[in-house]
Amino acid sequence: MTLEQKKEMSDLALRVRGHVVRLSGNGGCFIGASLSCADIMTYLYNGFLNIAPDRTENPDRDFFFLSKGHDVPALYGVFAELGYIDKSRLAHHLSPNDSIYWHPNRNVPGVEFHSGSLGHLPAVAIGVALDVRLRGGDNRVMVLTGDGELDEGSVWEALLVASAYKLNNWTLVVDRNHFQANVRTEELIPLEPLAAKFEAFGCSVRRINGHDFDQLDETFRALPFHAEKPSVIICDTVRGQGLPSISERADRWFCNFSDNEVDQLLDELNGKDGANIISETLTVR
Amino acid sequence: MSYEKLIGEMALADERFIVLTAENRALIRNLPTVLGPRFIDTGITEQCMIGAAAGLALRGRTPIVHALSAFLTMRAFEFIRTDVGLGNLPVKLSSFVPGFLSDGNGPTHQAVEDVALMRGIPNMQVFAPADEDDLLKALPTIWNSPHASYVRLNTRKTDFIHVNDFEIGKAEVVAEGRDVTILVYGLLFEQALLAKVEMEKQGLSVGLVNLRSLKPLDSNAVLSAVGRSSFIVTLEDHFRIGGLYSILAELLLESQQTAKVIPISLNDRWFRPALLPAVLEHEGFTGKKIAQRITEKMTQHV
Repeated sequence: MTLEQKKEMSDLALRVRGHVVRLSGNGGCFIGASLSCADIMTYLYNGFLNIAPDRTENPDRDFFFLSKGHDVPALYGVFAELGYIDKSRLAHHLSPNDSIYWHPNRNVPGVEFHSGSLGHLPAVAIGVALDVRLRGGDNRVMVLTGDGELDEGSVWEALLVASAYKLNNWTLVVDRNHFQANVRTEELIPLEPLAAKFEAFGCSVRRINGHDFDQLDETFRALPFHAEKPSVIICDTVRGQGLPSISERADRWFCNFSDNEVDQLLDELNGKDGANIISETLTVR
Repeated sequence: MSYEKLIGEMALADERFIVLTAENRALIRNLPTVLGPRFIDTGITEQCMIGAAAGLALRGRTPIVHALSAFLTMRAFEFIRTDVGLGNLPVKLSSFVPGFLSDGNGPTHQAVEDVALMRGIPNMQVFAPADEDDLLKALPTIWNSPHASYVRLNTRKTDFIHVNDFEIGKAEVVAEGRDVTILVYGLLFEQALLAKVEMEKQGLSVGLVNLRSLKPLDSNAVLSAVGRSSFIVTLEDHFRIGGLYSILAELLLESQQTAKVIPISLNDRWFRPALLPAVLEHEGFTGKKIAQRITEKMTQHV
């Protein structure tokens, strides 16, 4: 990736984060987890995936399934910036008259399938990957899960099946931000050694820094990692990336910030002083 | 024709059809050879199987998902509800050994709440054919429709020939009766026929309705029976809660009617595991015992 490309990517990711921050007021959203995968989604939609706003139903497109549905603010941000939806639609967040809510659904152009219940889309993506293979297509099928989401047994069922069927067109991307909803993963249900677990399930695994566009580019371009194995990319990330005042804090899970706090966070995002947030975290899950 | 042959023929004629199973191959042992890569066995992973079926349906396929009733409907319930129901996808659930058909397996394998669970899912249609003839006449229509469906598989052969063409939302009215009408679905249809003969020997006028389409329901057929007969029987190998008894109760409330209803079902308990004939005998679901139970209740009411 050239320096210019990287700059463009970073600028885009910054604007995506801006949308996430704005969605964290006036009703709130899952801000921290949305910020941890914002760079991954920005990278995937800004040139890597074979998909575009005018080809969201094209059968030859690549598929991106957001299994950790609560991170949809980042996807909304990407879609708004890249023209899948009109930016003005983000103002309809949580309006009963639109479909922009805390989890994704197919009334938003570009969303492949609804999610919210964790551990579903690795399996749904298997169905799509099997069909692609039956038709002899070369569509790539990506599914993004959280790391806390890996507690769900259905994820491991999907890994067993993807591996049994040698689905090299199926890729599991893990947003490894090291947090469950309220607790660090390693303090509750430890996942490490995570790469070894995926390898033991028959996958070809790479682990990278999920905020480094060079690493993202190099790794995704190397897919599939193995001709007869599904691929797994563990992206080490930081919950709340871009906002040091709220990052890596267990109490910044679901947040509904005041207008003033949103403004402070937008300033912080753009390099000004850190925000001073006093709102308490909310319990949604 | 058999269930397995029908799937094979329909799938060979139409590439949309994909068969999935969670390693429940008893009825479909030849399909891997017949269908090749369009037969997908996900192993004992009901959740993944349903998710994958939803993914296939997203790509325009019509997955026929063949698995054991209890695990299909309960282990994978949330996947059916969230991926298939909410997704409004044409996934065809083919439910093997529902109700009494799990005979000797024991309560872990008894799907006697499946109708309640499946009919509670928006966009899901529910069917329970009376026997193999009824099943094979119904499946092509069900599988070619654009809707999600749940079918209680029943491949038992009976002497009864179902004359009516199968239609989604239509009951088969076998007989009309003034004294009592039996509403029944699935394998107990055969016993209902026997019960009807028993009661007719006692001079009663007995109606019989095969409710093979439970959702959508043939409300007209049911309400006609209610209007015509002094008593209505709901006969089912299902918990009383949520099955046909509840379906009838809902319909009566909705149409502001009432009826003398005799439920014959499993009242908040599982059945004693045994081979099917012994189950029917022990639980009081043979034709003779059904007739006895009905006439006793009718006498108490009078």
